[in-house]
Amino acid sequence: MKILVALKQVPDTETKIKVAAEGKSLDPADVKWITSPYDEYALEEALRLKEAKGAEVVAVSVGGEKAKDILRNALALGADQAVLVKATETGDPLAVARILATFAEGKGFDLLLFGNKGFGADNGAVGSMVAELLGLAQANLVTKLELGEGTFRAEREGDGGTEVIEGSLPAVITAQRGLNEPRYASLKGIMAAKKKPIEEVDGAIVTATVRVSSMVLPPARLEGRKLDGEVPAQAAALLGLLKNEAKVL
Amino acid sequence: MILVFCELQDGKIRKPSLEALSEARRLADGSGKQVGAIFAGGSVAGAEEAAAYGADVILKAEGPSLAAYSSDGYARLLADAVKAKGASVLLAAATSAGKDVAPRVAARLGAGYAADVTGLAMKDGKLQVQRPVYAGKAFATVDFESAIQVATTRPNVFPVAQCPKAGASEGLAAGAADFKAVVKEILAKAGGKVDLTEADIIVSGGRGMKEGANFKILEELAEALGGVVGASRAAVDAGWGIPHSMQVGQTGKVVSPTLYIACGISGAIQHVAGMSSSKVIVAINKDPEAPIFKLANYGIVGDLFEVLPELIKAAKALKG
Repeated sequence: MKILVALKQVPDTETKIKVAAEGKSLDPADVKWITSPYDEYALEEALRLKEAKGAEVVAVSVGGEKAKDILRNALALGADQAVLVKATETGDPLAVARILATFAEGKGFDLLLFGNKGFGADNGAVGSMVAELLGLAQANLVTKLELGEGTFRAEREGDGGTEVIEGSLPAVITAQRGLNEPRYASLKGIMAAKKKPIEEVDGAIVTATVRVSSMVLPPARLEGRKLDGEVPAQAAALLGLLKNEAKVL
Repeated sequence: MILVFCELQDGKIRKPSLEALSEARRLADGSGKQVGAIFAGGSVAGAEEAAAYGADVILKAEGPSLAAYSSDGYARLLADAVKAKGASVLLAAATSAGKDVAPRVAARLGAGYAADVTGLAMKDGKLQVQRPVYAGKAFATVDFESAIQVATTRPNVFPVAQCPKAGASEGLAAGAADFKAVVKEILAKAGGKVDLTEADIIVSGGRGMKEGANFKILEELAEALGGVVGASRAAVDAGWGIPHSMQVGQTGKVVSPTLYIACGISGAIQHVAGMSSSKVIVAINKDPEAPIFKLANYGIVGDLFEVLPELIKAAKALKG
């Protein structure tokens, strides 16, 4: 079995976001970069499948030179191969999907694993788009995955409860928290990864379909008031304010 | 034409779909376009309701092959409808189904896509949207450059507006069920409660709840107020048996309810990212310096286990 795991490099989740001087993108100063948290579940699932059934795991990231860090980490965790598909970040999910689909096409992947969204553009779209471009089945926000002979069964979080999806392989699966518990890299893995190559290929040239024209921080919320008095009085005052002042009850 | 993918539940159009439909009507009125509401399923009884919310045309794809949801099947159906109607914009609510199918439709049509939008306009004949990025820590204005534009609207952001139109009914061929993946069954959640992202009132608990069993106090308050219960990452990670589906925050759900009551939640940046666009925020915390008070409209500094029972009592009295 051959598995592609798509990884995105994103700012650490504790990062305080600042907007760059041009007013359209993130100010990268002081940002600590990590593998997008949901992508870690995707990689872990691939590694578990490799251990259970035998598989070749190819970690791929679309990005620039610094994305090699997360690819190196994927090798340390147990990926067999790491590929940097060189392209400039545009915030256009279809552009990224086209680049990934062009890369994956004809390479015989049985499973393409993604995080359900990357922290950043937050569209949660690239996995589904790759599935459509390659004509594959998909299951998003997956918390449980079982593979059969050329088939899969996945559980995903839907609005009405857990949905059980069955489909054919090859398929695109996007991982949700709960799918597994990602491992940490061992010292041995980290040392071995330093010697492994990271392949570099040029990303396909694609036309942008969307463009960010400005980025702003959300309006600051004004600090409200703290309620005084004994507990029963505070409780009564709060409900009174919610009903009569805020008018939300 | 602006097409809107609408979802039905128990024979009624879901509220997030009505929000998307109302917003489509507003956009269409400003740009001389028509609005089409599109429904798909084993049965689409109840679709006529779309006329009251501004649908000039109601497109109905009905048949056994559509009874179970399929990402690829529904995507093909929607993309074919966009092409058949010559629609330039497709909207869907950012529900679990909407977010599942819309990117596929966009890819099929070579259309630009934006998820979870909180503002919509037409600019130079194309869609321009506002949307949260970096889990709500910033907002981006996104311009479309493709001929067809696809977007999902964030629930609880846009108002539902009645606007009666003709709502002429048209049938669409359901087609064969030659799908690559389908939903075989839905393991329904207890009580049929609304999803956090659609809830008007959320009562959320954090580390300060001390143990999972104490969440029943939050359930009681939520029930008295007509809301649902959420949790912070700290509470989900604490091993109290609280499912991740209840988590509000950057690595959980991003919500914008009318009222968000944060109980024993300090206000870590990761949590705030998921709830700071709530209309009214209440914080209850024993630490007066907790960052959550900085964004709360109303705060109570005190012991949760004293404050919550009093609130439940007062809420029951108010609603009773």
